[in-house]
Amino acid sequence: MNKILLIIKREYLSRVKKKSFLITTLLIPLLTSGLISTVIYFASTSEQKQLISVYDESGVFTQKIKGNSSFQIQYVNLGLDEKIDTVLSRTNADIFLHIYPFKNNQPDSFILYKNGGVSLIAKEYINDELTNIFQVKQMQDAGINKLQIDSIHKSTISVKSYNLDNHQETSSEIASVIGYVMGFLIYIIIFIYGAGVMRGVMEEKTNRIAEVIISSVRPFELMMGKIIGIAFVGFTQFGLWFILLLLFKVALPLFMPSLQPTMPMAMAGMSNMHDTMQVISQSENAKMYATIMGQNWGLIIGCFLFYFLGGYFLYAAMFAAVGSLVNEDPQEAQQLTLPITMPIIFGFIIMASTVKDPNSSLALFGSMFPLTSPIVMLARIPYDVPTWQIIVSMVLLVSGFLLMTWLSAKIYRTGILMYGKKVTWKEVIKWLKYH
Amino acid sequence: MLQLLHLKKYYATQKAVDDISFTVPQGSIFGLLGPNGAGKSSILRMVTGITMPDEGQILFNQEPFDMAKHSGLIGYMPEERGLYKKMKIGEQVLYLAQLKGLSKQDALAKIKYWFQKLEMESWWNKKVEDLSKGMSQKLQFVTTVLHQPKLLILDEPFSGLDPVNSEVIKNEIFELAKQGTTIIFSTHRMEQVEEICQHIVLINQGKIILEGQVPEIKQRFKLGEYKLVVDGNLEPFTKFIHSNNGNEFVLRFQDKKEYRQVLQYCLDHQFDILNFNEILPSLHDIFIQEVEGTAGRKFDR
Repeated sequence: MNKILLIIKREYLSRVKKKSFLITTLLIPLLTSGLISTVIYFASTSEQKQLISVYDESGVFTQKIKGNSSFQIQYVNLGLDEKIDTVLSRTNADIFLHIYPFKNNQPDSFILYKNGGVSLIAKEYINDELTNIFQVKQMQDAGINKLQIDSIHKSTISVKSYNLDNHQETSSEIASVIGYVMGFLIYIIIFIYGAGVMRGVMEEKTNRIAEVIISSVRPFELMMGKIIGIAFVGFTQFGLWFILLLLFKVALPLFMPSLQPTMPMAMAGMSNMHDTMQVISQSENAKMYATIMGQNWGLIIGCFLFYFLGGYFLYAAMFAAVGSLVNEDPQEAQQLTLPITMPIIFGFIIMASTVKDPNSSLALFGSMFPLTSPIVMLARIPYDVPTWQIIVSMVLLVSGFLLMTWLSAKIYRTGILMYGKKVTWKEVIKWLKYH
Repeated sequence: MLQLLHLKKYYATQKAVDDISFTVPQGSIFGLLGPNGAGKSSILRMVTGITMPDEGQILFNQEPFDMAKHSGLIGYMPEERGLYKKMKIGEQVLYLAQLKGLSKQDALAKIKYWFQKLEMESWWNKKVEDLSKGMSQKLQFVTTVLHQPKLLILDEPFSGLDPVNSEVIKNEIFELAKQGTTIIFSTHRMEQVEEICQHIVLINQGKIILEGQVPEIKQRFKLGEYKLVVDGNLEPFTKFIHSNNGNEFVLRFQDKKEYRQVLQYCLDHQFDILNFNEILPSLHDIFIQEVEGTAGRKFDR
């Protein structure tokens, strides 16, 4: 036991004391926040307005299309025999919209022209505007007066959702963001630190120190010492990031008070989900804050820690086994890690659909299967998962971890002493039978 | 000190160690010899507890070998040396010593002793990657003996060392042996064995083909050859002359009567006998003779 502590200590200190640890710990949040603020910057400062020249032969839409922050509208006439190519340059416009005359009082053709193709946003915008105007025209034709039409336009319906367990208003949008962010974090953790374990094992094997060390300790102790040591490195890194975040939160308003309202935007932007972003930016900050605070954070953080550890240990053992199979050739490592990275990526894909439909059978499967549950279950947690499911998933994860560690230790024990030859999976399976 | 009883280790397609038994006496320098791939490293890995034998038993001080209990009493220097390249040397030696069960203070005191003895004091803050090959060999030796093992296992300890450092390490080995450390010395370099070992075991293809005390083995394999340097003519004895070079003769006799006859002849004729001695075969010759003819090990797994 004392020896495994020594190994943990070495694995931990040799990583934390490196300059690169400090640099990456500082650099990652800087880069991420830099990236996010760039996205926000481009999203909030609209690009130069695009000028759309409209030639309306129907007369229905004249002077009715409204511009917005991205598009400006001007009405033009087409000269006799004038080619469409020249209209753009003549009117200094970016886009040319040609509305053909109505046939039998029904719209005929609407065509957009642009050098280099029309963007989706422009097309959608024009489509919406024209549809709106045409609908209003039809309503007017049917005898509905202007007042009535305005009131039709204003009437919208907003659905609220309540959780029967605690009779609180729930927010599916916020739950999905929280779920997504946590699932993503676990995904990143498994990859970064799992690969760290693999590199450590490879280093010991290629340096040939493994043989020296396992003449003093059992291979299992060396493997677990490394895995646990690197877990502590992960904790340290997360702790530092948490401190940085707090500092940032305190320091930010002092430097640029105007940026603060965009923080929720940053959160949504990180989740990379268009719909959610819109919903959140519409809702009031205070209300959102209350909903976020209303989440069962005890459960969420508890589960996060559990699945973080479970997922990390499960995969780290597998990464260690693979590391022990590699012979100095990085390409070999890539091939051998494929069976590990596949389920992680698979879990990530299931998670992406889980945040939309947390109770689908795919989500249920993903949150039970030990290789994907750390990622998928976390995405489900904010939606209130039945307790029995959490318990089953946790039990499965722990047993999966024990089984995988046991198998990995067998592979590791043989692999760490094998040199020179490329190992096939068939051989590895044979090793599992060694006692 | 160490007893191996019917040790077997089979891999998928080959018998790496096939029913090997021998005893390493307390305080001896014991040579484990054999060509490349004979099974030496497989045996050493079992003795150090790195791998488990498929069959057979290892007794350490008459007790069944138990890694937790005995690993601290063993020092093992594998053929493929290994140290952490990027770790500071001082920390590394301390770490390895602590893994062998030494307390920190104890380890530090011993490191100081050895670093002084082998003139390595300035290395503490260096990294292994800054050392030359010979220097890291020396360092590896120190990490192996630091915890004062009762059984020291050295796999090709002199490979990569220059003559000066070889001499330094050889003297350390002798000194440790004098203090009672049992040493197993695995090599295929026979001239070193003759110089260092008292007992040897020669293995090939996983089996023991020769075992015993070095002088006794030499006696067993001697061909009855003698070297005689004499200032005179040995014409009557041409049937004994195996080869000759000027006045230096290599003679081969069936029994002692024959060489007495020759010597008497020289004395009677008042030839000056400058040198007369028995030629014992070198371990190298015995090794070649015994190993040759048996098919070399194949690594076609």
